[in-house]
Amino acid sequence: MPDPRGWKSETVMRRYVVLRLGQIVLTYFLFLVLIYFLLEALPGNFLGALFGESRLTAGQLDALGAQLGLQGSAAERFLQWMGGFLRGDLGISLSQYPRPVMEILAERAPRTLALFLAATLLSFSFGFFAGKILAMRRGTAFETTVTVGGITLYTVFTPWFALWLLWIFAYALRLFPVGKFITYEMWEAGAPDANAVFRHLLLGGLMLAMVAWAVFRRTARLIPARKRAVRTASIAAALLVFCGYWIVTGQAAYVLDILYHMALPVLTLTLISFGGTMLLTRSSMLETMREDYVLLARAKGLPESEIRDRHIARGALLPVVTTLVFSLAFAIGGGVITESIFSWEGMGYTLMEAVTLSDIPLAVGAMAFTGLLVLAAHLAADLLYAFLDPRIRYG
Amino acid sequence: MTETVDRSIRSIRNFFPRLGGWFSLFRESRIGVIGVCGIAFFSLLALLHPILLGTVWDPKMYDPLTPSLPHPPPNPAPPSADHWLGTDPYGSDVLSQLMHGAGSALLLGTVAALVTVILATVVGAAAAYYGGLFDAVFMRLADLILMTPMLVILIFISTFFELKLLPLAVWIGVFAGLGGTVLVVKAQALAVKNRAYIDAARANGGSSGYILLRHIIPHLAPISLLYMMFTVTEAVFSEAVLSYFGLIDAKMTWGMMIHSAAVSGYLLRPEVWWLVLPAGASITLLCSSFYLVGRALDGIVHPRLRAR
Repeated sequence: MPDPRGWKSETVMRRYVVLRLGQIVLTYFLFLVLIYFLLEALPGNFLGALFGESRLTAGQLDALGAQLGLQGSAAERFLQWMGGFLRGDLGISLSQYPRPVMEILAERAPRTLALFLAATLLSFSFGFFAGKILAMRRGTAFETTVTVGGITLYTVFTPWFALWLLWIFAYALRLFPVGKFITYEMWEAGAPDANAVFRHLLLGGLMLAMVAWAVFRRTARLIPARKRAVRTASIAAALLVFCGYWIVTGQAAYVLDILYHMALPVLTLTLISFGGTMLLTRSSMLETMREDYVLLARAKGLPESEIRDRHIARGALLPVVTTLVFSLAFAIGGGVITESIFSWEGMGYTLMEAVTLSDIPLAVGAMAFTGLLVLAAHLAADLLYAFLDPRIRYG
Repeated sequence: MTETVDRSIRSIRNFFPRLGGWFSLFRESRIGVIGVCGIAFFSLLALLHPILLGTVWDPKMYDPLTPSLPHPPPNPAPPSADHWLGTDPYGSDVLSQLMHGAGSALLLGTVAALVTVILATVVGAAAAYYGGLFDAVFMRLADLILMTPMLVILIFISTFFELKLLPLAVWIGVFAGLGGTVLVVKAQALAVKNRAYIDAARANGGSSGYILLRHIIPHLAPISLLYMMFTVTEAVFSEAVLSYFGLIDAKMTWGMMIHSAAVSGYLLRPEVWWLVLPAGASITLLCSSFYLVGRALDGIVHPRLRAR
């Protein structure tokens, strides 16, 4: 039903958001029930996995179970867990007893975020760049070669490919370290907390991105020659401030160590995922190319690169941004394959470990966290879509 | 005879109105032709395998699973005139395993893709057409499937069901069909539902079933075909990952070949490349062939992407 007062009518949008939020709460609750009972239904429990072959008596096992909160039926345990969840308490991990699940997730989420954010942003930028060129050269042998190459990388058998990259770069060429996210010897005495450095790194990256965005916004209306100079200078200054901060606080060496360990997984993830963005950008560009305003730009005699970057690519950005939002949400879930091959102890690794050890509180906690982000991203993508494309209305 | 053939061609043309036009468009797209060549190559491998086993190859030595007369040690042996791709650590012929694996991969991919497309088309069309409770239930189900990590679902299934090749194909098909694919198909069906000719059909007394089957589903065929290709890629890839982690119980697949090389400690040894490289390359090539065909179909299905 089109709204007579225009698509951006406040009430229509608000009603849509409220409706969606209601559905999200319901879906989320169903999701929690589903995963909790799925995991409970898996054969074997934590005590069995850990003490199955020890000489503990049944009485001693029961006492241990009671202490770990394993008594009662699955439904009772779920209700207890749900009560805790509503109070913001995700319970205590069994395999890393007595650490609270929240603490473990808070430790591991930043690692996954750093790795997958870097890889997602890199592969989207590279894919967008490559897709732009592909669209302008349609029908050439160049296009066929790049498309086939990109698709081959996109569908490559990940474990095999990642292991080979690891073998070539880390073992044969000795350019990058094998596995783990830090060099343990370096972090022994007197070093800062690795997780604190990780969080600072993420925060720094976020601030840098915000500064860059602000600079681009402020300089949008300057004349082109000055715009480039001002932008380069401000970004360089911001980078300098951040590097200075790391050096002054004496964390620079540690930050470099983390980045050094991140390089190979990020390279792998970028190579296997840029193909999707590349093809999406190409299709989107081909559609935009037929718009009248592109014809007008050509008729005005603008240079081809200007038409490509400022007219077509702008209009083609919409679906790319929407998938980016989705990818960012899935980034927090990490990749089980990548994380286990590079021994990167992030969310995917934690989830896999928790499921194989029947550590139900940790597994449910990890999925509760990632599931919420997926739902939020779904809503964000829909709203962003409506915001960027005035033809789409909700209500 | 000719008349029957003629009539059946005409009825296919009627059901999928633009099929002939697509075919000529498809031939023009280079990546589509490359993809079809890749699929043809692996189909040929799969078809030749039983023929070779019956004639040139002695089944005692070339049986892909457990040859009664394996290659004499030392194994794994490098490629030779008898064993073009060498032998594995147990003395089985790698080429024979690879060809057998091609059949498994194609079967798995085809079954999974058919299940996905049938489910997604029927549910998507009905959800768009009827709306209401049916729509709400299946859309929330799709959300739930998308939220749950695939690996957890598959670990769960593999504990309760013996995961042979065909059941695995059906499971992957069901989850892909009721998960992401149904959302895309439903969006397309919603656009079709509001066209004038649907109203015309209803005004002429067409029943819901007739409208769904005769008017809505044929117009969903292009997008369904596209997602069929993507599902094949997804299914072959999932099987390989699951086998690699040792989670399934199939007889001989490319993933199992890599898995058995990995458990015998040969994964990262370039000097025994024939254990992992052929299987790994086949997975990648078959997956990308189907993906290329899917991409070529994408260009045909969305007319705005065409060159003219």
